[in-house]
Amino acid sequence: MPIWNASIETKPRAELEQLQLERLQATLNRIWESVPFYRRRFEELGLMPEHIRSLEDVRLLPFTVKDDLRTGYPYDLFALPLREVVRIHASSGATGQPTVVGYTKNDLRNWGELVARVLSAGGATKDDVIQISFSYGLLTDAFGFHQGAEEIGASVIPVSAGAPEQQIKIMRDFRSTALIGTPTDALRIAEALEEHGIALSSLHLRWGMFGSAPWPEAVRARIETMLGISATDNYSISEVMGPGVSGECEENKDGLHINEDHFLCEVIDPESGEVLPAGRTGELVITTLTKEALPILRYRTRDVTSLNPEPCSCGRTLARMARVFSRTDDMLVVGGVKLFPSQIGEVLMQVEGVEPHYRVILEEVGGTERVEVQVEVSSALLTGDMRHLLKIQQELAQRLQRDLGLTADLKLVEPRTIGPIEQPAQRIVDRRRPEGGSRQGRE
Amino acid sequence: MLTITSAETYYGNVRALKGVSLHVNAGEIVALIGANGAGKTTTLRTISGLLAPRRGTITFGGRAIGGLPPEAIVRAGISQAPENRRLFGGLSVQDNLLMGAYHLSWSAKRARLRCDLEGVYGLFPVLRERVQQLAGTLSGGEQQMLAIARALMSRPRLLLLDEPSLGLAPRAVRVIFDAIANFRLQGLTVLLVEQNARAALGIADRAYVLETGRLVMEGSAEELLNQKEVQRAYLGRGYRQVWEEE
Repeated sequence: MPIWNASIETKPRAELEQLQLERLQATLNRIWESVPFYRRRFEELGLMPEHIRSLEDVRLLPFTVKDDLRTGYPYDLFALPLREVVRIHASSGATGQPTVVGYTKNDLRNWGELVARVLSAGGATKDDVIQISFSYGLLTDAFGFHQGAEEIGASVIPVSAGAPEQQIKIMRDFRSTALIGTPTDALRIAEALEEHGIALSSLHLRWGMFGSAPWPEAVRARIETMLGISATDNYSISEVMGPGVSGECEENKDGLHINEDHFLCEVIDPESGEVLPAGRTGELVITTLTKEALPILRYRTRDVTSLNPEPCSCGRTLARMARVFSRTDDMLVVGGVKLFPSQIGEVLMQVEGVEPHYRVILEEVGGTERVEVQVEVSSALLTGDMRHLLKIQQELAQRLQRDLGLTADLKLVEPRTIGPIEQPAQRIVDRRRPEGGSRQGRE
Repeated sequence: MLTITSAETYYGNVRALKGVSLHVNAGEIVALIGANGAGKTTTLRTISGLLAPRRGTITFGGRAIGGLPPEAIVRAGISQAPENRRLFGGLSVQDNLLMGAYHLSWSAKRARLRCDLEGVYGLFPVLRERVQQLAGTLSGGEQQMLAIARALMSRPRLLLLDEPSLGLAPRAVRVIFDAIANFRLQGLTVLLVEQNARAALGIADRAYVLETGRLVMEGSAEELLNQKEVQRAYLGRGYRQVWEEE
């Protein structure tokens, strides 16, 4: 697929990092002048903008958390007066006070450009007819994708959220070539197609882009087969921008290319706050590099991922983040080892012949922690010989030990005893005493 | 081509640049805009070696040049047309141009001087008409052309221009800026410092905005022209009424 902005998306790493540093320093100088909230934080830390002399120095900066935005509700963290702001969005507020975000004209222009990059990477062209099933309202997804699709020159149908039958009618009559929405939207539409006996051949659907909730590879496979499309993932977070932060390339679907010229990303240990090296799994932290209305420093997303700075065979040099399947609130501490449920799934998936349906049971027996990982095997394997099964069981246990440092009793169980579970966090059964896990305090 | 990382430059104990980072790609015209005292000229003087950065790095074509003496930097391919022209008023136009190639050996001069003189006369035809005239008797616009032409005599790969519009009538500003815009076609790279932000953004590819020794904005010239803060502060759109009230 064509690269929307090749001069940026294929820029050599050294040039990209110089640009990031310039933009980071300019952002810090503006924030210092115009956001009292950050000015106070800087002064408490004895920090001046010019102390940030390299990208590594970003770790000297304070974190921003969702509560900071809530405390500053609605406009305290804005760097510009409202007369410069041309758009206001907010989070749903489902878990408390909503967080409010603003955009200047330049912010909106950048937003359109960044979403256009993500869309192009996912397969969009100006000839597409793009149906958006995200709800048009205070949330950022629908408007962000809408703007990016227009930037590309595609035909955009702002269907907004609605019953699958309504989506299908428009999809068929308007000849939509692409669907953008939540993975659940896609599944519901796919199921409705099946239910009403509507043939895929009566549709023109070519690709889909889904996000705003985690969707495991098994769900992707289901969506791709049932809708006959290529489906890509993207990362969206309203506090930072909305969609447009990162997205998969259609060629490899192996990590989401981050628009690093606008966002500086780090992965940290969510407990200690230490920055982790590339490849390690932890909490994603984002600093905006160009936002004018609401620049934000080291925003703790609570989303779990890892970074891969290696160039991709699609041609992009932008670093990739692993797909997000869990939140930091889901982190487990087992015998001193910190891990996220999704990491167990990743390890299991690498071993051939094992379906990624699994369950992790944590128990405390006589003061020591015991971990049992139950893995469902495919029916094909069960008819094979016992030695082969034992070998797989052993290999899985070794992988968990080697890759995650997790010592677990591994049990293979029959097909359909666990079944598909949508969220990795639901795979964990914690029977330890409350202080054993760090999973309390979820919203 | 040119990359500056977190440069800090002092005048005595006064820190004039507080960690400035910027870059210029080959073939670009990049503008540095900002109010008086923002650090624009200091940035140029730090690049051309007239001031040494106390911190930070400057690389040109991959080679570290921070703190090198000015003549080494001219040899590396960077030439500056200083603010207020700084011509030799008592010398003729041609002699001023020859001073621009002062660092060359005699044999090198013989080989290329005629060709280089033809080149700058081609860019600024009015200078050819004034070859023997004393530089001090030229008009402001002509003096500015001579200052730029003199800087070109060292065949720089990067030309630094400091306030070329200073003290010039609007018509002369237009002539000078048209000439600078043309440098792009000659494959020349330009870093331009200007208080006349509108004229600078009109010909630049990208620009940086400096405030009290700090970089506060960067972006394409088009982006900055549409930026309200830039419009108010540097393009003269009701700056005083709207901005200073706050």
